[in-house]
Amino acid sequence: MIILVASLILFLVGLYAIITKRNMIKVAVGFSLIEYSVNFLFAIVGFRPGALPPILQAVEVGKVYSDPLPQALVLTAIVIGLGVTAFMLSLILRLYNRIGSFDLEEIQRLKG
Amino acid sequence: MLELIVLLIFMIAAGIVAVEIRDLLASVIALGAVGFAVAIGFIMLAAPDLAIVQIVIEVLSVVFFVAVILKTTHVDSTLGRPYKGEDVFTFVVFGLFALAFVYFGVRLLINLAPMSRELGQVASHYLTQGLTETGAVNRVTSVVLDYRALDTLGEATVLFTAVIGVLAVLRLEGRKK
Repeated sequence: MIILVASLILFLVGLYAIITKRNMIKVAVGFSLIEYSVNFLFAIVGFRPGALPPILQAVEVGKVYSDPLPQALVLTAIVIGLGVTAFMLSLILRLYNRIGSFDLEEIQRLKG
Repeated sequence: MLELIVLLIFMIAAGIVAVEIRDLLASVIALGAVGFAVAIGFIMLAAPDLAIVQIVIEVLSVVFFVAVILKTTHVDSTLGRPYKGEDVFTFVVFGLFALAFVYFGVRLLINLAPMSRELGQVASHYLTQGLTETGAVNRVTSVVLDYRALDTLGEATVLFTAVIGVLAVLRLEGRKK
């Protein structure tokens, strides 16, 4: 239970960066933090105490294995997260070349 | 359990450093620390496939961040500026949302009863029948590449769309009129 709540707190740290920071790189860092916390939460949900990895020939009686389904879904989410981060960084780079700063308030001052 | 809690405390501390530090290069390196801690946590949670993918992706992601920062600037000039009235409103709203988020999150996750429940029907089917149905010893790959292969196709589509987006945004000259 403590681990799950700690994952929620990591999510909130990322959300704090997205909402209150005025630097675009910090906002991208916040997105990455949220992604990590959600992936970690999924891996925790699929785990039981003393579980073995789901790599096996046949299920042995009396041994517990971690759930392969959330792991497969998180595998997809991690790769998509990299794509999202790369696209976000390219947009940030383009905006920096246009306005010469990472400051979000500079963007708000632009007209047209 | 204890080592997972220590790891999560480290991750939260590194995350706060990444958000609050003035040097953007240091911020990105702290983010990399969080990502590699996530990889170690995946090994503790009996998910070696996730740990491998996480390490590869984390290296690439830190390289992207560092490349952007080296091309631009590494000083966060927005820190330390005095806050205006609307910013205070933002902080108050965020605090209220954080309280509500933790409250409802705990209520939901208590019902989930983690770490003790039996495996679901689908997961036990994958574990017991996976080898005969797909021929894969590693059940995660049997899910990714056989049971839910269309999901993986969608993932590849999203990835290529992202690559096309990056190329379209970063190309130097627009179309000639």
